[in-house]
Amino acid sequence: MAAIQSLLVALVVVNLAYLAVTRLKTLTRITALQGVLLAATPLAIAGPHGHGLILSLAVLAIKGIGFPWLVARTLSRLEVNPVVEPYFGFNMSLLAGVGGLLFSLWLESRLPFPPGLFPPLLFPAALTSIFSGLTLVVARRKALTQVIGYLAAENGIFLLGVPLAAQGSVWLELSVLLDVFVAVFVMGIALHHINKTFESIDVGRFCSLRD
Amino acid sequence: MELFGLSLAFYLLGALASLAFAGRETANHLGPAGAVAGSLVGLAGLALTPASAVAQASLPWGLPLGSLALGLDPASRLFLLPVYAVGAAAAVAGSLALAGSEAAQAGPDRRGTHWFFFNILLAGLALVMAARDGVVFLIAWEVMSLAPFFLGSLHDDEAEVREAAWTYLVCAHLGAALVIAFFALAMGQAGATGFAALAEAARAGRLTMPSLLFFLAFFGFAAKIGLVPFHVWLPAIYPAAPGHVAALMSGGMINVGLYGLWRALEILPPPAAWQGWTIAGLGVASALLGILAALGQGNLKRLLAYSSVENMGLICLGLGLGLVGLACGNPAMAALGLGGALFHMLCHAGFKSLLFLCAAEVLTAVGSARIAHLGGLAKRMPAVGTLFLLAGAGIAGLPPLPGFIGELTMALAMLAGLDLPGLLPRTASAASLAALAAVGGFALAAFAKAGGLAFLGAPRTPAAAKAEAPSHAALLAPLFLAAGLVTAAALAPALLRFVGQAVLAFPGMDPAPARAALEQAAMAARTVGFFGAGIILLAGGLLWLRARAGAAHGRRREPTWGCGYTAPTARMQYGAASFVEPAAKLLAGPMGLTRRLDMDPGLFPKRATLFVVSRDAARDRLFTPLFEAVARLCDAAKVVQHGKVHLYILYVLATVVLLLAWKLS
Repeated sequence: MAAIQSLLVALVVVNLAYLAVTRLKTLTRITALQGVLLAATPLAIAGPHGHGLILSLAVLAIKGIGFPWLVARTLSRLEVNPVVEPYFGFNMSLLAGVGGLLFSLWLESRLPFPPGLFPPLLFPAALTSIFSGLTLVVARRKALTQVIGYLAAENGIFLLGVPLAAQGSVWLELSVLLDVFVAVFVMGIALHHINKTFESIDVGRFCSLRD
Repeated sequence: MELFGLSLAFYLLGALASLAFAGRETANHLGPAGAVAGSLVGLAGLALTPASAVAQASLPWGLPLGSLALGLDPASRLFLLPVYAVGAAAAVAGSLALAGSEAAQAGPDRRGTHWFFFNILLAGLALVMAARDGVVFLIAWEVMSLAPFFLGSLHDDEAEVREAAWTYLVCAHLGAALVIAFFALAMGQAGATGFAALAEAARAGRLTMPSLLFFLAFFGFAAKIGLVPFHVWLPAIYPAAPGHVAALMSGGMINVGLYGLWRALEILPPPAAWQGWTIAGLGVASALLGILAALGQGNLKRLLAYSSVENMGLICLGLGLGLVGLACGNPAMAALGLGGALFHMLCHAGFKSLLFLCAAEVLTAVGSARIAHLGGLAKRMPAVGTLFLLAGAGIAGLPPLPGFIGELTMALAMLAGLDLPGLLPRTASAASLAALAAVGGFALAAFAKAGGLAFLGAPRTPAAAKAEAPSHAALLAPLFLAAGLVTAAALAPALLRFVGQAVLAFPGMDPAPARAALEQAAMAARTVGFFGAGIILLAGGLLWLRARAGAAHGRRREPTWGCGYTAPTARMQYGAASFVEPAAKLLAGPMGLTRRLDMDPGLFPKRATLFVVSRDAARDRLFTPLFEAVARLCDAAKVVQHGKVHLYILYVLATVVLLLAWKLS
């Protein structure tokens, strides 16, 4: 039990770290770290055997190695300024992340869960991940950070599904992983196109698309 | 009921066949064939069942709400009659008008979809009038409201046609929104969807706020009927739509608004007198403003459209008076008012669709429906001219044509209203009588203008001088309608009894005195018929004598309005502007006319031009500013649509957080 608690605390810290870093490369590494931590959660909950093991290996391969590699590759090919450009400051973003954490803790006390479904702290950690990811999407200027934000939010959703996967819906989780994999692929292609069309991946320039 | 179902099946078959053969000449045969077959079967069904019979049928229905309950009663049959008759005539006329014409033009052949929606409109109309369940009624209503948008925009390469179709769509849906609100409120309060159950709930007093329900129903259906100020779509779509579509809309479709109002009144608790006066009041306003606007129009089809507003106003006047009679315990007034209204509805349907078909022939022959471009057409196309003048006289209410019988019956209701207790109702009845007389006079002037300037006199343009008479086949549909109307004139007393069946079935009607009053009206109609026949025989005899005398002595024909001048020209005739100029001086405000006389100074001006421009006040002063304000409001709301994607996601995030916080706190 202690192992899963330590994992979840680490995940919360990683979530807040997303909002504080200033280099795109560091952001990519944090994604990898979160992927590895996520890969460990099925093992911590269900033990190192059977479906849990398969899921864990798949997550490690896709979220721990695949996505960060794809993002890093896109980053190096786009040749953009390697600094994260925020719409509003890092302190404010961090404050928003902490707000998300508090909101998640409050929400856990209000939502009626089946007893014993979630280990303590799992729900707030997952929800904080979603909020941090969305904050990243909202508060950062580059489309690449939006992809990473989307990945962080998806990681939160995945974390919510892990206890359910232990009860037998592991194939569902795997198929969702496949979907996300395709989505990230598409996003990489879309980023290239955006860079070519707007000569930048600044989402502020999308304004010219409005009618 | 079986024949009704068969006619629906023919309509649907026609619709599907015209879609299947879209883009080919076959669609122009199969679509109208379905419409004609369906309509004739429907007419046979009406003829073979006694008018007072009530049929019910319930079919399986896949939806969780409502039930597919259909039925036919006297009111349904009465309103179905013009749909079937005009539907058949319009289908024949349309098939002939569209034959080959589209194929000769460049661009895609749209006749397949056109006939699809034509059949769908007919099926929707029939279904509305047979629905015995609120949900079925609303679905049929929606189908019936949408189809004319596609029918009217057949020639949608013209900007004017597109705008007219949109105007229609907006008006139809504003009305439909009120109708839906009416049924939703009533069905929610009653806890049932069937008409019978709704009426039961109303009698038991379970419908709270009956006044609100009344206004929702009245204004919702008034938008379809075309009462002032909801009439703005009529003068827009009728001139824009092809002739046969305008005929079907004016003859078959706008009556459905009256039908809906009739049903709503049957469902609602017994009417109060103020409700009757409200309907009658708006009816008088529509009749007067409609006919004055018609008088001012320079376009033949737009003139006919405003005349529809006038006639719908008269029908609502009769309906309102009937309700007042019902509320005040005067069954004679009730029966005469309702009966006169329904009878006039039938006459208007026949005459107006005949007029539109004639106007379509004029448009085909001359290429314009502007009165300033016509003239002297009776010599070039005598059959169309005769039919137009006949229908114009009928719709203006000249005896012995049936238009007069309906107005006479309504006048009898107003005379009965003079016996109502209290000064106010008596004054109102007398005022209605005066309004009816005034409207009759103006209608005569309007159709003297339409018929006289278009068909009599000398041609104003070379196109009018070279107009060719339509083929004999093209006259088939107008002649069918005219034959129906002449039969109606001959059988007016019987037709009045047919109408009476629907009136007697209205809830709260005391049958014995109502039947006696209607019988009295039928007797009056017969007397009018005898006198009319006598006058026609006399006039015919005199004409024959004159022709014989002329043939014996030899005659010389002079140009009309030649006035003995040496070099008369067509410009000496009254024009569309100069005909209404005297009235425009007096009634420019209510007619919505602006007149301008450009004349060189001096005692003998070389040049003088008179302009009379007619604008629709309701459209210019009410709806245009209203919709512009709505558009400004919508533009103002666009500040949230700034194109910044990440802020859009912020909206989503904020909404989720707020909803969670609100729901869980």
